[in-house]
Parts: sequence; C-alpha cells; structure tokens
Amino acid sequence: MLFRYLFIFLVLLPIKAFALIEVDITRGNLNPLPVAVSPLSIDKDSKDNFKKILKKENLGSEISTIVENNLKQSGLFNPLNKDAFLQEPDIANLKPRFEDWNLIKAQALVTGKVTFVDEKLRVEFRLWDVLAGKEIMALAFTTVPSNWRRVGHIITDKVYERLTGEKGYFDTRIIYISEEGPKTNRIKKLAIMDQDGFNNKFLTLGNELVLTPRFSPTNQMVTYLSYFRNLPRVYLLDIETGMQEVVGDFPGMTFAPRFSPDGKKIIMSFAKDGNSDIYTMDLENRIVERISNHPSIDTSPSYSPDGKYITFNSDRSGYQQIYIMNSNGKNVKRISFGNGLYGTPVWSPRGDLIAFTKLHKGKFYIGVMRTDGTGERLLTENFYQEAPSWSPNGRVLIFYRETKTNSKGEGFSAKLWSIDLTGYNEKMVETETDASDPSWSSLLSN
Amino acid sequence: MNLSKTLKNGFLIILASLVLTACATQKKTTGQLQGDVYTGSDSVEYLASGVADRVFFATNETVLTTASRETLRKQAAWLRKNSKLTVVLEGHADERGTREYNLALGERRANSAKDYLMTYGISSDRISVLSYGKEKPVDSGSNPLAWSKNRRSVTVKAN
Repeated sequence: MLFRYLFIFLVLLPIKAFALIEVDITRGNLNPLPVAVSPLSIDKDSKDNFKKILKKENLGSEISTIVENNLKQSGLFNPLNKDAFLQEPDIANLKPRFEDWNLIKAQALVTGKVTFVDEKLRVEFRLWDVLAGKEIMALAFTTVPSNWRRVGHIITDKVYERLTGEKGYFDTRIIYISEEGPKTNRIKKLAIMDQDGFNNKFLTLGNELVLTPRFSPTNQMVTYLSYFRNLPRVYLLDIETGMQEVVGDFPGMTFAPRFSPDGKKIIMSFAKDGNSDIYTMDLENRIVERISNHPSIDTSPSYSPDGKYITFNSDRSGYQQIYIMNSNGKNVKRISFGNGLYGTPVWSPRGDLIAFTKLHKGKFYIGVMRTDGTGERLLTENFYQEAPSWSPNGRVLIFYRETKTNSKGEGFSAKLWSIDLTGYNEKMVETETDASDPSWSSLLSN
Repeated sequence: MNLSKTLKNGFLIILASLVLTACATQKKTTGQLQGDVYTGSDSVEYLASGVADRVFFATNETVLTTASRETLRKQAAWLRKNSKLTVVLEGHADERGTREYNLALGERRANSAKDYLMTYGISSDRISVLSYGKEKPVDSGSNPLAWSKNRRSVTVKAN
C-alpha cells in the first residue's frame, strides 16, 4: 500500500527529489532493473548441519541462486554477476557499502543470513535501495530445512512485491500432464512441480488417460479428467493424502472441470446424446445444478474471481466463440467477435481480463480481452498452442505448445511456455518429460 | 398474400438449391479427400467382410456424408444379423482444436453415427459412445490428409 501512495506521489512531484527505485510493470520492460543478490551469509556450524541434512555445500548461495533465477525469469530484473561483488555477504547484510554496489550499477541489493536453529532453518533478509543508500525492507522467518527452495521463492515474492507494488508468483506450483511416447499412443500422467520446474512429482502412473488438471483455490485439491475404466469422468484428488474420488459420475462424459473461487463447487461440462452443457456440483451436499441449456457445445467454463459470472465457449453461433453469463446461467452474452474461432476462456485473478486461445487461418494464438470483449490483444502466435492459465497475480500466462510433425509424422513435442501479459518475456518452462495442460496454483504461503 | 408467400418460398428453395450446387461443385476430389473428408481406406478395419469400422468427418463438422451413411447402413445390417453384439462408437477429432472442445466434438460425432444406426432399428442399449477428442490420432502427421483420417467415429465391438 505504501508503495502505491509513493507511486502516485512520484508522478506529481519533480523526480529529482526522489531516489526511491521503482520497476515499471505497465509495459514490456526492456530495461530490467539491475539488482545484486548477495549470497546469504552462513556460519560454519549451520553450513555443516545443512550439508548433513540437505547435501548442499553452501545453503546460503543455493538460496540466493533461487532468488536470482526467479528475478531473471520475471523479465523485470537483471541480477548482476556475483564475481563483481566486492563486499562479503555477512558484512553486506550488516551495513552495505553503497559506493561498492553503486560502482557495479546495482540499483537494489538483497542481502541475508541463514542459520540452523533448533533443527530449523532460520532466514533473515534485507532489501536495500542502493541509490538512496537505505534499507527498504527487512524480514525474518523460520521453517523446516526441507523447505529450503521455498525460502528462496518467498524471498523473491517479498522483493518482487516491494519493488513492483504487485504480489509475486514465485512460491507456487504448476500441476500439468506429463506426456511420453509416440503421438498415436501417448502415455499421460498427472504431475506437479514448483513454478521453476524443481521438485517434480508424478501423481498417477500412466495406466489411464488423464487430462486438464486444475487446482482448488487452497491448492490442496486438484480436479481433472480421467479415463479410468474407459469412462471419462471428472475426478477430485487430495494432493496431501492421495485420495481420489469421482465427482462427475453422470450417465455420460463429464469433462472440463474447474473449481469455483470459494472452492465449494466444481463447474464442468456434461456431454450426453451429442450435446454438451455446463453443470456445477456442490462438493459438500453433492447437489448438481444445470447452468447452461442449449443444443450446442458449451464447454471450458471458468468463474470470475468474485464468483458472480462464468465465461465459457460455445458453438451456438455456428462456430466456437466466447460467452459470459451470470453464475446462475442467466443473461448469456457473446463477447468474442474477431475473425476466427475462440476457446478456453479463463478469467484473470484480477477480474479485468479473459485469456483465451484463438484459431485463425491455421494459426493458434494466446490472447487476452476485456470481459466485455473489447481490447483484444494477441500475445503469441504459433502452429499449435492452447489452454492459458494465469499466475496468481495475473501478470503471467502459462500454456502449452505442440510442434508440427514432418512428412513422416516425426518430430512431435509438447512443452509448457510462459509469457508476460505485455507479450514480452516468452519462454519455455523446462519439464522432465513432454508436458501439456498446465494449471498455476495460488501462492502457497499466504 | 398467399401467392406471394408461395412465390417467396419457392424463390428461397431455388436459391437454396443454387447455393447447394455451388457448394457441391466446390468440393473437389483430390486424391483421398473429398472436400476435406477422408475417402481412402488407410487405417480402416473391417468388422465383417465389406463392413468398414469407421466414418470420417469434415473439419468442425458432425454431419454424416453420403459415404458415411452407406458405411453405417452396412454396420446396421451386420448388427441386425448379430443381434447379441454390442458396440462402442469412439468419436475423435483432429489436432487443430482446443482439447476440451474436441472432447465434446468427438462425442457429438460418435452420437451422429449412433443416431443413424438407430434409424435402422438398432437399439440404443447396444450402442455406447466414448469420445477421445484429439487424444488418439491414427495418423501422427501435421497435414490435411492426416487430420482427415483422424476426424472419425470408429465402431468397436464391445463383447
């Protein structure tokens, strides 16, 4: 909040009166902010203890590397090379010599300290404004040592939030479908990993086809489509306990599931006799409600963050287009009117935009539009890509992209990609196997 | 009043048939494609002698072509002859669509085949429908011919 006020203040007054750093996040940032992430200092005892438990030579530098990578990946920051750092980590954390950091053109500096206390990992870190020569944030917290990667992500979230005025998205996970094998006989598994690709874990064995996993708002549950016993149905999985249950056991196929923003309902499509409509199921009392009723294909529903509206795609106009309606199914309005087909609408967590997939003249696009359909912006074009999912702060979209095969049908791959809302900073998200259908969790620590 | 209405309707019918002819002439047969519907026999299997197991669809379409109706009539005759058999109609889409929409499209394709079999007296109890969307292509190519082979409804013996 403080930052917001300062920002408004800044606009009104002569700039030279202020040395506070700011990151311009309103457009593609072509001049990422130079930032120095000093390795977290660590005493010898702590170092030895962490080495024993985590097999990491120097946990202080390991954590700072996570912070560096995260900041770099965001596209908004340029972490400087550590070789150029003049000050030792422990001294820098006490009181940086700002001239030294200024010399290497760092505008912000992150310092910190990690210690082993009562079998726990204790971390403190500080964010410094190098030009102004002062500390702008300090924080300490304690966790179990096995959470060490999350420590790096939480520090990044705090730094990111302080410098951009927006919540971060680094202490998060991605649930997705891992893919292996030839295109005509893919083995698909449910998989989960940290946002930066680490801690990958498979949640199913690949015995049955699984598709389109989505997190609950609390990240504890996942809803997805499974072809268990050749009956395509919507399932619910508790990530902690591994318990699975079918929720969409209707006399036909249920698919395209998502949670309501309060996590109490699942919204999904139910297909029967050649017609797909949208239904909800209350997870507590199992009451099923029909939301859309039209002899066309209605699918890919997604709630607005306040739960009042639903966006979905339908071919009721003859072609696949995006619609919105009240959450009770009333007041259906088409919002996509551009050239081509529109699908997979997903409401942004900020509520102001809908991300979508567009197919036009043999190309697939990921784009965004306002919730009334105006202001369409296409962010990326490719042979095949679809299914955007928002980062929890509504700044980044993750989606999957498939390659064209050659004349022999070879060369197929499916990978996860992310792109900034501005259309900049497009990059592949590394995964152990081929991957599709990504869904971004909300912040784990909140 | 009535006359003008009749005239109007007549005119509409003529117009409609003109449009249809125009469409028909545009649908060129090139190799194994008519329009963009697959007409070849690659990947086709036989449920019995002369009874092909699958029918093909145009892009984004679920309407049965003349050739598809012919195939399904043969399937219906085969099902009547083997009255204990049950079948699963597996509906598929090509890779040029979003996953969830394709699941619905595959379901609709399989159902249009089912509906047609039912018009030849096959009970709906004997037919179940299973959509795979774009998940199980028979041809891994990324070209119009491969896609045409993948837009299909396949009748599979279930018992």
